[in-house]
Amino acid sequence: MDLSVINPAVLAASLMVAATPILLAAIGELVVEKSGVLNLGVEGMMIIGAVSGYAVSVNTGSVFLGFVGAVVGGAMLALVFGVLTQVLLSNQVASGLALTLFGLGLSALIGESYLMVRPPPVGDLSLGPLADIPGLGKMLFRHDVIVYLSLALVGGVWAFLRYSRWGLILRAVGESHDAAHALGYKVIRVRLAAIAFGGACAGLGGAYLSLIRVPQWTEGMTAGAGWIALAIVVFSSWKPVWVLVGAYLFGGVAVLQLNLQAAGVEVPVEYLSMSPYLITILVLIIMSTGRGRSALNAPADLGRPFHAPA
Amino acid sequence: MTDTLLAVDGLTKTYPGVVANDNVSFSIAPGEVHALLGENGAGKSTLVKMVYGLVRPDSGRMEFAGSPYEPASPHSARASGITMVFQHFSLFEALNVAENIALGMENPPPQRKLAKRIREVGKAFGLPLSPDRLVGELSAGERQRVEIIRCLLQDPKLLIMDEPTSVLTPQEVEILFETLRRLRAEGTAILYISHKLEEIRKLCDRATVLREGRVTGICQPSAESVRSMAEMMVGSTLKTPSRRPGTPGATVLDVAALSVAPASPFGTGLKDVGLDVRSGEILGIGGVAGNGQDELLAALSGEVRVVRGALRFHGNDIGNFGPVARRRLGLLAAPEERLGHAAVPDMSLTENALLTGAVREGLVGRGFLRWNRARAFAKRIISAFDVRTPGPASAARSLSGGNLQKFVIGREILQRPACLVVNQPTWGVDAAAAAAIRQALLDLAAEGAAVIVISQDLDELVEISDRFAALNGGRLSDARQVAGLTMDEIGLMMGGAHDLAPGNAAA
Repeated sequence: MDLSVINPAVLAASLMVAATPILLAAIGELVVEKSGVLNLGVEGMMIIGAVSGYAVSVNTGSVFLGFVGAVVGGAMLALVFGVLTQVLLSNQVASGLALTLFGLGLSALIGESYLMVRPPPVGDLSLGPLADIPGLGKMLFRHDVIVYLSLALVGGVWAFLRYSRWGLILRAVGESHDAAHALGYKVIRVRLAAIAFGGACAGLGGAYLSLIRVPQWTEGMTAGAGWIALAIVVFSSWKPVWVLVGAYLFGGVAVLQLNLQAAGVEVPVEYLSMSPYLITILVLIIMSTGRGRSALNAPADLGRPFHAPA
Repeated sequence: MTDTLLAVDGLTKTYPGVVANDNVSFSIAPGEVHALLGENGAGKSTLVKMVYGLVRPDSGRMEFAGSPYEPASPHSARASGITMVFQHFSLFEALNVAENIALGMENPPPQRKLAKRIREVGKAFGLPLSPDRLVGELSAGERQRVEIIRCLLQDPKLLIMDEPTSVLTPQEVEILFETLRRLRAEGTAILYISHKLEEIRKLCDRATVLREGRVTGICQPSAESVRSMAEMMVGSTLKTPSRRPGTPGATVLDVAALSVAPASPFGTGLKDVGLDVRSGEILGIGGVAGNGQDELLAALSGEVRVVRGALRFHGNDIGNFGPVARRRLGLLAAPEERLGHAAVPDMSLTENALLTGAVREGLVGRGFLRWNRARAFAKRIISAFDVRTPGPASAARSLSGGNLQKFVIGREILQRPACLVVNQPTWGVDAAAAAAIRQALLDLAAEGAAVIVISQDLDELVEISDRFAALNGGRLSDARQVAGLTMDEIGLMMGGAHDLAPGNAAA
């Protein structure tokens, strides 16, 4: 066993890359849950984003168009969920689970003809002199544009929820849809918009996997990333900054276990690969035992159906 | 006819199976306090929702300040100068005061300016409020202040108040009336909905009475008696519950040093509560909602286990007994929330009767349900308590509030409790059903049971209880004999009087 092969700078850099898909999906789901909707279909929306982004960019030769396709694909699948739960008032948990199963199946069907194809390459963003800072440059400033976009999105969502009028309305709808309705706000429209945003973010996260991180299409390639994103939203107690911490923590464990495998740590590989998931479960257990804080922060109307009185 | 601010002409609104409003007309003058009177289900709420743009009328016209008025949404109502304080507050507990106020305004100023205006208006009207506090931490009176200030910031011409005093202490009601009188003096018209007739007599210039969706009379409250207005509302003469005098017997339930954690993040835990109730006696427990009522009921019914020694039933420690064991001993309870707590909404009345009556009525044998006995028990409840329903197979959800409440209370009373605990037995129940429930509780006590009535309706508590105690912030005051207790003293017992005085009361 030789731990010296693990280079902290490389580790940090690959941590950011590993965490980005989860971060994107989680920040989208945070907005959805803040509006009072529990969408368990994150996994399905991610994989649809992965396959539609992949298909579009292979066919057009443009990675940018691929990401646009992923955003549209994720949002469209999310709107299926939105119409089911908000307009037709079907059960949110069941619809979300169905969305995941449906997304996994549909993506496998679409992805059939793209199995052995390579996508167009993505260059890293050149940040000029910043990238040349020893150590730090390699860690922070030699990434692709999506990594920075995901960070900007976290900041944007934080500012939107905290400072903007629409953010206030979104939080109000999630706190008490009856009160928001009594004040004349369109609960269903606000929620549909939030659901579409969540789907778009999940789709983007999925495409990041298939176009940059892997980059290749394989069936079921999200491998539970959507479920981890859901867990991170709870872990963060619905705070954008903590979503960032949670996603990077998970990304860190995921990357570290790969490095430990490479360094030849004498633990069966299976234990190492299950470690990120085990840690997610542990974190969730710890969060839910300290009932006070996370219970206090959950949107009060999360998961409750809203039926507008005529 | 002098000038008219709002004229409502022939409004009709039909829901499937019910005519909520049938050709309703009335008018309000500027600076008038106009009452809408009627029982639950008379159509008051639907009517004001149409005025506020939440519900669209099927037919009829409205005129506001001399021009036709057809609000498409609350936004357009607010733009015209009509604001509303809701019965169940339209507030968001996890947001702060300023955010809550901003949500109810059309063009809110930036938060910092808004916070300053909240302080200014609060000071001008004697309603001090800190803009940064979370609404979930505020008392009911303070929450209502948030709603009122939200309305005042928009300089309304007409203020609608839907049962504003149902959650306030008597002192808080006085402060509210003071504010409303000042608004009236400044020319603001107020549409005031309530079924508390004494308040309407004190405050309102005119009253429109609704019954079953129709206007049945217009009166001048100060010239009427409470009884005559009540009879206009109900459409028949009213019976007042009669009390059979008796002397209380031995102590049945004895509670000492009872502390319970809050049931929800914004709930109130119980702190060192002590009480005792004797057979043949009704102990009334008053207090504003959210001061530990739910927690007290849960601790007494057995939903929450408590430490050994805190609860003694006929002298035996029952603190760690669950609800079923307590029921077996004869300690029964009926919680406040009818649908979802006291009764399962989608189950039939037979099934609901079975759920609490299984032990004492022998409705279960060798692990199997005895359907015939359960059905017979449900039928007995229905006939003894005049529950209006097609039969015991109807779902609990299909009953009106008053009928379901009669069923829920009747179900416990027919199990011959040694001690019955009820929370809000007549909340949202029409006057006739409320009178029947109170009479049943009085009869139960007269037959030798100990009864604890937790309620926010002070008139009810004064009417039926022998002793009165008040919950405030999770603490229970000492119980006092009701005979000779004045409303002022009750208000002081309910506490909070110290932080309720208007900011400029000294001036």
